[in-house]
Amino acid sequence: MAKVTYIEHSGTEHVIDVPVGTTIMEGAVKNRVPGIDADCGGACACATCHVFVDAAWIEKTGKPGSMEESMLDFAEGVTPLSRLSCQISMTPDLDGIVVRLPAAQH
Amino acid sequence: MLSRIVIVGAGQAATQAATSLRAGGYDGQLVLLGNEGLPPYQRPPLSKAYLSGAMGLDRVILKPLEAWAEDKVEVHLDAEVTSLNRESKSVTKRDGSVFMYDALILATGSRVRALPCPGAELAGVHYLRSIRDADGLGQEMQTGKRLVVIGGGYIGLEVAAVARKAGLDVTILEAAPRVLARVAPPVISDFFQKLHRDAGVTILTDVKVSAIEGADRVSGVALADGRTISADLVLVGIGIIPNAELAREAGLKAEDGIETDLDARTSDPAIFAIGDCASRPLVHYGQRRGRLESVHNALEQAKLAAAAILGQPRPVEEAPWFWSDQYDIKLQIAGLSTGATQSVVRGDPSQKRFAVFHLDADNRLLAVDAINAPPEFIVGKQVIARHGQLAPARLADMSVSMKEIGASA
Repeated sequence: MAKVTYIEHSGTEHVIDVPVGTTIMEGAVKNRVPGIDADCGGACACATCHVFVDAAWIEKTGKPGSMEESMLDFAEGVTPLSRLSCQISMTPDLDGIVVRLPAAQH
Repeated sequence: MLSRIVIVGAGQAATQAATSLRAGGYDGQLVLLGNEGLPPYQRPPLSKAYLSGAMGLDRVILKPLEAWAEDKVEVHLDAEVTSLNRESKSVTKRDGSVFMYDALILATGSRVRALPCPGAELAGVHYLRSIRDADGLGQEMQTGKRLVVIGGGYIGLEVAAVARKAGLDVTILEAAPRVLARVAPPVISDFFQKLHRDAGVTILTDVKVSAIEGADRVSGVALADGRTISADLVLVGIGIIPNAELAREAGLKAEDGIETDLDARTSDPAIFAIGDCASRPLVHYGQRRGRLESVHNALEQAKLAAAAILGQPRPVEEAPWFWSDQYDIKLQIAGLSTGATQSVVRGDPSQKRFAVFHLDADNRLLAVDAINAPPEFIVGKQVIARHGQLAPARLADMSVSMKEIGASA
């Protein structure tokens, strides 16, 4: 398990233990954190699991793949901290990561 | 105020309906009646990452039972609903127990179309719809075995890709002149045929299966032209049938799927139908209605039904969309191409990154098939939903970005 802090657009925080090897998206969906839709279930097909990774953590999450990058390019309010949370697999290194959720995914 | 909502089904649509009802403020009784003995799960991975073993059962499950309990949803996992009584507003399980409702959501899904030929019941003949199906198929998919796939649709092609990667010998049998004939244009079919053949899959088109051969288990597939293709196992993927009987027997309008209005409401105002089992108005396509077999459709109709039940504004409908993963290829489709009079290819299929846009006579965009091409898919989806027009020459011009194209439509 590794801890993820999800901060909703409203400011509400959720601290969740997410199994290593599963994704930040799955941690949100399975624990009823609102604000991540993940319509395609993690197939990198829909761009509805957009998050802003805290600046202190962005390096550790690695670089987005080319599919993710081009999906993200069209997400609402995208910034250099934007990632699709279905493409960030939890590792022990990411224990404590903070992600912020956008106002809407659609 | 409604105090009892019953959802028949426990798939993607049922899950979203329950989630949206709670998120929308409904705090009455909420009952989910599933019949697969498992918490609601995703089906798309069953022919992809779950079948290959890359994704385990825990990751396919949509939400664990504890999360359902926290949402105060009463989840029944072995509840086969056998009748619907609209007068008493109740549904009955096979064991005789009765659930009363103020509003009922039918999310009964679909079932596989059975192969109508001799030998179809032999051991080693598989279908793929449920986790149980995927487990049964996966156990027999061992390196070196000969798999014959009957039906060159998405399920067949996705399983072929997983099987090839696992080192099986794979043959696809397709009755039409090309794979994906029912759902994709020839350029997309050609692309996938080449992709699979390059990976070592044998594809036979224009062939009719006459029998499955074998003594106690399958040994081959006999074709109408006299040939027999040897097989250790067979996967049949020839389409699905909506589970509309419960509704039909209760007198609801249901020819091909349970007919609904824009709010996912059936001909009975207290009953809604969502997902694979429903036939809905296709709002972006004039007066047509139809069934859409997709996750997006399940989620969207669930949200429509929840909003209607709670008296909230109707969510805006997106263009329908679908996806498929095969080898290193992601196919994303937005829209429905029926009625298109012209198609424009953007990009180069040999580069494994291109898209096909389908336009009507007024250059209105009806659909896009995108191969490893998210910008084409995303912009296309948006343009379809606003019924935008695109100039074919500009669309084919790779020096104009999809952002620019989208801004002008």
